[in-house]
Amino acid sequence: MAAIPDLEVRTLAKRFATHLAVDDLSFSVARGSFFSILGPSGCGKTTLLRMIAGFIQPDRGDIAIGGRSMAGVAPNRRPVNMVFQQLALFPMMSVAQNVAFGLARRGIGRAERTRRAEAMLERVGLGGAGGKRTDELSGGQRQRVAIARSMILEPTLLLLDEPLGALDLKLREHMKIELKQLQAAFATTFVYITHDQSEALVLSDHIGVMNHGRFEQLGTPQELYYSPASAFVAGFVGANNRLAGKALAVNGSLVQLATSGGWVVHAHRQGPITAGMAVEAFVRPEATLLGRTSADLPPGQTAHAGEVISLLFDGANSAVLLRELQSHIEFRIALPQTGAYADLQVGARIYFSFDPQRAICFAAADAHA
Amino acid sequence: MPEAPAAAPWYRRLMLGLLLAPALLWLFALIVLPHVDLALLSFRERVAPRQYVASLAQYRTFFGEPLYWRVFVRTAVLSALATALTLLVAFPIAWTIAKLARGRMSALLFVVCLIPFWVSETVRTLGWMILLRESGVLPALLVHLGLTTQPVELLYHDATILVGLVYTSLLFMVVPLVGNLESLDNALIEAAYDLGGKGWSILREIVIPHAAPGITAGCIVVFMLTLGNYLTPTLLGGKNSLWFTEQIYTQFITRFNWEQGAAFGFLLLALSTAMVWLGLKVSGQRFSDVMRRA
Amino acid sequence: MIPTLPRPAWLRAATALYVAAFLMFLFLPLAVVAVFAFNDAPYPAPPWHGFTLDWFLGNEAAGRIGLFRDSELLGSIWTSSIVALWVTGLSVAVGTANAFAMERAQFPGKGALSMLMLTPLVIPGVILGISILAFASRLAELCSDLFAVEADFLRPGLPLVVLGQFSYIAAIATLTISARLKRFDRTLEDAALNLGASRPAVLWTITLPYLRPALIGSAAIAFLMSFENFNTTLMLVGADSPLTIMMYGRMREGATPVLNAVSLFLMVASAVIALTLIRRGRSPES
Repeated sequence: MAAIPDLEVRTLAKRFATHLAVDDLSFSVARGSFFSILGPSGCGKTTLLRMIAGFIQPDRGDIAIGGRSMAGVAPNRRPVNMVFQQLALFPMMSVAQNVAFGLARRGIGRAERTRRAEAMLERVGLGGAGGKRTDELSGGQRQRVAIARSMILEPTLLLLDEPLGALDLKLREHMKIELKQLQAAFATTFVYITHDQSEALVLSDHIGVMNHGRFEQLGTPQELYYSPASAFVAGFVGANNRLAGKALAVNGSLVQLATSGGWVVHAHRQGPITAGMAVEAFVRPEATLLGRTSADLPPGQTAHAGEVISLLFDGANSAVLLRELQSHIEFRIALPQTGAYADLQVGARIYFSFDPQRAICFAAADAHA
Repeated sequence: MPEAPAAAPWYRRLMLGLLLAPALLWLFALIVLPHVDLALLSFRERVAPRQYVASLAQYRTFFGEPLYWRVFVRTAVLSALATALTLLVAFPIAWTIAKLARGRMSALLFVVCLIPFWVSETVRTLGWMILLRESGVLPALLVHLGLTTQPVELLYHDATILVGLVYTSLLFMVVPLVGNLESLDNALIEAAYDLGGKGWSILREIVIPHAAPGITAGCIVVFMLTLGNYLTPTLLGGKNSLWFTEQIYTQFITRFNWEQGAAFGFLLLALSTAMVWLGLKVSGQRFSDVMRRA
Repeated sequence: MIPTLPRPAWLRAATALYVAAFLMFLFLPLAVVAVFAFNDAPYPAPPWHGFTLDWFLGNEAAGRIGLFRDSELLGSIWTSSIVALWVTGLSVAVGTANAFAMERAQFPGKGALSMLMLTPLVIPGVILGISILAFASRLAELCSDLFAVEADFLRPGLPLVVLGQFSYIAAIATLTISARLKRFDRTLEDAALNLGASRPAVLWTITLPYLRPALIGSAAIAFLMSFENFNTTLMLVGADSPLTIMMYGRMREGATPVLNAVSLFLMVASAVIALTLIRRGRSPES
């Protein structure tokens, strides 16, 4: 049962003129899971999605959906449905007609269509809205119609092309939760593309982080967050402090590095690094501890000193931005929720430290330098 | 753009051919070939029944016979005059619709201005004839008011022709002007006023430069339609109208001298095209933009 | 100059006066035509002799032939309607095909073709008429010389009138329909394909319904322009006269108020079409 993945992509490639949009990509998505493709704009994720939907022909490689190869299968014959970026609801039809559109194309009778569309609208919490015009709905309701319109066809795979991008921030937070609940309720495989890492982290079972047509890393949200496989992932997923410098010494899994300003820190080695190499280290704001004096910090960790340059109050996400005294590098630290540092002032001297095991060091990637 | 799913090349070519067939048939069978034929017709001369030779005789006749070229020049001058008058009459109304009237009032005024033009030109000309002829409404009114002792004939003057032409052309001037003036930001006028501009200088330096595309589009269309008009000059001008389209009709239909008629047609087409071209050149606009505006 | 700037009282008054005078200029001829349709006199001229419906209902017994008994006029209305229906059907069909060709397809010479499509609008109607007349006659002669076949439809008559009017009304339909197709969001077609629609089904259920307002609008405009066309028709007309030609002939002879009656009928019909279109244009769906 679990043997056949709902989506399997094998050595897929697509080139537009001189630009390699998708570069020899292979991955599979397990049945019933929520899979996100996360990447900056222009990374090839839209091309990938449109190849899965059948709107673009790959140059090479194969896509199998539900175990069946999609080579030569027209987009309207694939067991795949898509929620478009601007939703693409049909403005000339009512909500119910939108939802019943796919059933009508399958030649299902009017009475049956109406019944099933009404039931589907009920399921997404839009019971009774079938007679409305699409422009009478709110942004969130429109999104539910777009999902209902696809889900009524019981696709093997639902593709979502940044459907939250057009919504305002508050609604986006709300729809994130709603999407996750809908996916759980339908138990259909979702393939979701986004450039918003927080959407991907909240929603997904697995995420592929895409850059220049390739996956930098494929894993669970926790893996991406806590053990990024590359500097790109570390920089793209979640907030991070980046320290570029040179490896002074490598001691097992521990690297000692110095920034150009002469600030020396220790970090966990990821990948082969030898002394003298250019490296970059990443330290999460919440992995750092604050102290008013160096004595407040855990005894085993190196204490660093800084001067507060900004207080970023944002409730539970509050942080302090400081400048390390020696190198003047800006460094962001999450404020503890106890309110212990509520009285902090700009210009104050403060001390901080972090566990070198939670700071990750990569060899500097020339490609991204 | 991402390409559509692959279709066989022959199929695509077939579909493209089918899609283009109506356009090509329309443009070549009804526009291009008839005009080429008309040109050929105008460059030949009948020497014996069903015997023709290539010649410039038709054009020679046109320049040799004062009646013909005078009518031609007269038609062009009166058309230009009618175009200028139409602009003068239409501009204040367009300004009122676009800038002075607000909301519903503006929309209403616009619609009211358009409605007469949904009615056939024949009907509108009939109205002017009833108003202006000797036994008509205006002469009777003038007598009634004691301004004239006898009813005067108001038809069959050049001024009458001009009134009719302006009337018939108003729509084609008002519509592009309104569209153009609506896009003029009121803040520009306010700024000009704030900087010390007076009514006339604002009109000259802000409004007219902005409205130039609309003015050109309107003028081109009005001039062309006026030049090619037949109904209004012949009915309101009567026997004295001496409009060039009438000469074409006479040669073609009455005298059955198609060669001469074709030459006249080409001369009219040349003038019309030259004015369109000149208008575009002067205002630096593209033909397709102007036609979309109008 | 604009409402937010101070305007002297005399300027306000002058504006109001001008607008009033302009509207009078616009509507006076139409009003006169309408009023004299009901004048109880043999000519549409003052003075007013009292109200009558003779010019609509009168028959020969009354000495006045009203519109509804004037078989010549009624026949010409019928002729005009048939011509207009043909022109409308052809123009909308060809205009739609052209819109798809120009907005969707890529082919060499596309720019030149799109320019060529606009040229009928800058050719005077009289010249369109004579060029088609001459060309059709030449074809007819060729037919009779080569095949000894008389191609009567190429001689002046209604088929040529239809073609002549179509030759420039098609350009207007093309412009109207292309303008709307250009604004169409093509992801709607992707979405329909994605929901399992075939290509023909996408066209039928998504694209054409979207174009509907432009199709209806251009059909109405095509019908009216054909019905009211004079210049081109004059050159191509044969034995059957459309209404405008018939009216023109009678106006030169000095006609009875039955012409006012038929004009009033035209005004009411045009106004109904115009107002319906304007109402549709304002409704939120389009």
